[in-house]
Amino acid sequence: MTRAFLALVARDIRLATRVGGSGALGLVFFLMIVTLVPFALGPDLNLLARIGPAVLWLAAVLATLIGLDRLFQADEEDGSLDLLRLSPLPLELTVLAKALAHWLTTGLPLALAAPLFGLLVALTPRAMGAIMATLFVGTPALTFVGAVGAALTSRLRRGGLLLSILVLPLMIPTLIFGVSAANAALGGTVPFATPFLILLALTLVAAVVGTAAAAAALRVQD
Amino acid sequence: MLTRLANPGVFLRWSGVALPITAGLAAAVLAAGLGMGWFLAPADYQQGETVRIMFLHVPAAWLGLFFYGIMSASALGTLVWRHPLADVSQKAAAPIGAAFTLVCLVTGALWGKPMWGTYWVWDARLTSVLVLFLMYCGILALWRTFEDPGRAARAVSILTLVGSVNLPIIKYSVDWWNTLHQPASVFRLDGPTIHPSMLYPLLVTALGFTLLGLALHLSGMRTEILRRRVRSLSILEAERLDLQEA
Repeated sequence: MTRAFLALVARDIRLATRVGGSGALGLVFFLMIVTLVPFALGPDLNLLARIGPAVLWLAAVLATLIGLDRLFQADEEDGSLDLLRLSPLPLELTVLAKALAHWLTTGLPLALAAPLFGLLVALTPRAMGAIMATLFVGTPALTFVGAVGAALTSRLRRGGLLLSILVLPLMIPTLIFGVSAANAALGGTVPFATPFLILLALTLVAAVVGTAAAAAALRVQD
Repeated sequence: MLTRLANPGVFLRWSGVALPITAGLAAAVLAAGLGMGWFLAPADYQQGETVRIMFLHVPAAWLGLFFYGIMSASALGTLVWRHPLADVSQKAAAPIGAAFTLVCLVTGALWGKPMWGTYWVWDARLTSVLVLFLMYCGILALWRTFEDPGRAARAVSILTLVGSVNLPIIKYSVDWWNTLHQPASVFRLDGPTIHPSMLYPLLVTALGFTLLGLALHLSGMRTEILRRRVRSLSILEAERLDLQEA
């Protein structure tokens, strides 16, 4: 069972990085949003440094949506999802493997690249560390919540827009605590650990609820 | 009782009797409640006449949540007990709940302008209601994307249940976010206690709006059952025409 699970993760990572996959696109999109913000707000570095964590988190939320609509849809269209459902691997674990692969190709690169992009919004090294840590812990929650929407819209031809409408409200708590934790690390009345631990809890809850709900959503549509 | 009502025919007969009674009661109680609230209750010593918006605003807020509760219960009915009318109830409840939430937002904005000097503030309560409205919009959008009503109902049930797990989390995080951003609230919505001269009309209007909501819900369910009948009849007819031509 572990081998099947790992094989599925490896397959999805391979698909994401090859031609036609959305592997690096999320990162480019992330950079694009971070670049647009100074154009909208002006090149004031003090202002950008203050709202930097918020900008990076917002960019991460939007970049997670990339590729999410194809999470189950591509497999649904060519029939491989039916084969995956016939395999001895429980559907919940299939969903977990696919979500994990999605996070490894979108969330993790964002977290790793965040310090680099933090330079663009004049973040201090301390803030960069905080952003990286919060993105590392928080982006899995975004993927797991998004998986529910991806499963619900997997049979629709134009599910992308609907997917965003369905899952963005559910991502609000993650956004709130991600930005709070990053800001808390820069000073303020709240210790860093409080929002950070809640962010961690949100990720754990999303991993359980998201996987089970996405698997159920795939099952009930027959 | 619930099992007997699973038969759409029985439900249509039963609700045909219950609907006029509920609607009539709603009209009577609302007339009494709003009459008391708008004409008999005293104006607030601070807020003046604008306090009368409360008699629309507060029941609307309560019903916005109440109908999400109905949807969640019906979603459980759809997924767990496969009750044939649960998805009908779920579908009928969504637009009503969305409408009450919108009424709550709009009356809140209109009340906020004279009281706080602005139509909108990012207060925790307002933001939570706005998020609730967004979730209603998502649910309504998902209903419209599936052609088969049964499949749509099961998909929406999952979204509704995930939403009902998330609503307390969202509420909690919005409270946290708000206290972090503006520690001292400029306004206090709930004074020490509400005077009985306003409380009783408020309770009566809340009851009236609940009855109105239930009447709308019943009528929405009846419409949905009839719509499904029309749908299956036209499918049957199309099949018959198909056979004749073959």
